[in-house]
Amino acid sequence: MTTVLFVVFGGSALASALLAVTRKNPVASAIWLVGMFFGLAGVYVVLEAYFVAAVQVLVYAGAIMVLFLFVIMLLDLRSKQLDLEASPRMPILGVCAAVLFVVVSGMALMDAHDAGIFPDAAERATLVLDGSPEAIGADLFGRWLLAFEVTSLLLLGGILGAVILTKRRLT
Amino acid sequence: MMGLLSSTQVATAPIFAHIFSRADDGSANFGWVIGRILLVLLIVHVLLILGALMVWAERRVSAWMQDRIGPNRVGPHGLLQPLADLGKFMFKEDVIPGHVNKVMYTIAPLISTIPALITFAVVPFGGSYEMVDGKEVAVSWQIANLDIGVLYILAVAGIGVYGITLGGWASNSKYSLLGGVRASAQMISYELSLGLAIVPVVLMAGSLNLGEIVAYQAENTWLVFTQPLACFIFLVAGYAETNRLPFDMPESETELVAGYHTEFSSMKFALFFLAEYANMTVAAALVVTLYLGGWTLFGLEQLGWGMAVLIFALKTLFFMFAFIWVRWTIPRFRYDQLMNLGWGVFLPLTLVNVVLTAGAIALDQTWLFFLLPALCVAAALFVAYMGLKREEEQFQPLPTAAGEKGSA
Repeated sequence: MTTVLFVVFGGSALASALLAVTRKNPVASAIWLVGMFFGLAGVYVVLEAYFVAAVQVLVYAGAIMVLFLFVIMLLDLRSKQLDLEASPRMPILGVCAAVLFVVVSGMALMDAHDAGIFPDAAERATLVLDGSPEAIGADLFGRWLLAFEVTSLLLLGGILGAVILTKRRLT
Repeated sequence: MMGLLSSTQVATAPIFAHIFSRADDGSANFGWVIGRILLVLLIVHVLLILGALMVWAERRVSAWMQDRIGPNRVGPHGLLQPLADLGKFMFKEDVIPGHVNKVMYTIAPLISTIPALITFAVVPFGGSYEMVDGKEVAVSWQIANLDIGVLYILAVAGIGVYGITLGGWASNSKYSLLGGVRASAQMISYELSLGLAIVPVVLMAGSLNLGEIVAYQAENTWLVFTQPLACFIFLVAGYAETNRLPFDMPESETELVAGYHTEFSSMKFALFFLAEYANMTVAAALVVTLYLGGWTLFGLEQLGWGMAVLIFALKTLFFMFAFIWVRWTIPRFRYDQLMNLGWGVFLPLTLVNVVLTAGAIALDQTWLFFLLPALCVAAALFVAYMGLKREEEQFQPLPTAAGEKGSA
């Protein structure tokens, strides 16, 4: 049952993601991306990570994508305009970015594996999955505190950058 | 999958408990599944009927407040008016204008309605006191006893805005689009304050489970007394989230014809309408659950299971009445005022409130809870006083008839 649900949700997430990058209409793309987030949330629920699932929908589908839609609608983007602006180098850049992503994340995962973060088969059998808010909070502010703070600094940098880019003059 | 639900809770009256309860090992049996389905059907129908009655109440109360009579022809006191309206909606032509995006135009009302109806799944609508581990605790009845209930509500409620935004965009008309754009900006702005107003509640109750939040209030005190500011901001943000006056910018009739639903007719329009009223019901139920003790009322709920449901219903109905009351009392905000209030006033206030509450709990200093509300009341009184004083200073008596003649 769990495997079936995992395949259903994961498959729908993959299909939605594909549709999101192939649609011509930016609004349709955005909506398929929302569908992707729901599929991903479903996968999290199957993995008993209810907190992550709820936050996934709350933050990405409920807030970030609404902002995306807001901007798309405000600028009234049409597919024609997007075609004009898309440079022929875009696919090449996209492939480069994808390769870079796979290499970097693969190396990170291998490092993590060598460091013994992943449980082996014997450990996995006895592993208790705890996706409760308490467990996540304790992990986030205990074991992973440094990573958490670095991430928040990164986000702060993003916010400052957005403010500086959009402010015409700083007084 | 069953980890979603606790094993012992039964969301039906105790007399049905032995039929509709889980087996001893916590697995779901046939009777339990049927009971759940019946409960879901019951609650959805209550929400739909309440929505219809709210339309009637809105028209009657507005008439009463404006010294009119209102609809009183269909049935006693016009109570069957919603049925007549429904008949009209059903038999109206379902126009799909030629210039719309057909797919989005068709699903937008559905995206709007479904989240409004499913949010109620985690709201405890009643309960009873039971012995758990030798201690008497308040056990709530819900459709789904989610441990992340508060997050579920925020997540699902956040989806409803897509219906409005897409409805406005798909209509392909300038008024609808403006309504949709306004809706997305407004909802994002007020969702922040709404969420941050709930954080102190979660901090104090120590749980994201709505049933446990009610149990905390039954054991200690209603959170409206310890978190008055959070309660107030939640209520006001709730008005903004449900697009009700004084925050109904997405459909403000004087500027946007009817906003995002200008191009919709027949049952598609009715669904938008229904979603708004279902959202109001849920918002009222949430204020009651989070801040006003849910189904408890100073021990009165112990009279019987019907009493708990009745208490919850009466409290919720009061806040639903307040929605109507405010709509016909307070005029609409200007758009920049709405944004300033959300980002410039509510957001900083809720943030400071979260920090103060966390500090109060960590240091065990109860007076910190009341620091910010007291400052707010003081500031409000000061502003009101200054306003009155300025008005007095600038007040010039109207020229009398004699004076007018003299000056002319």
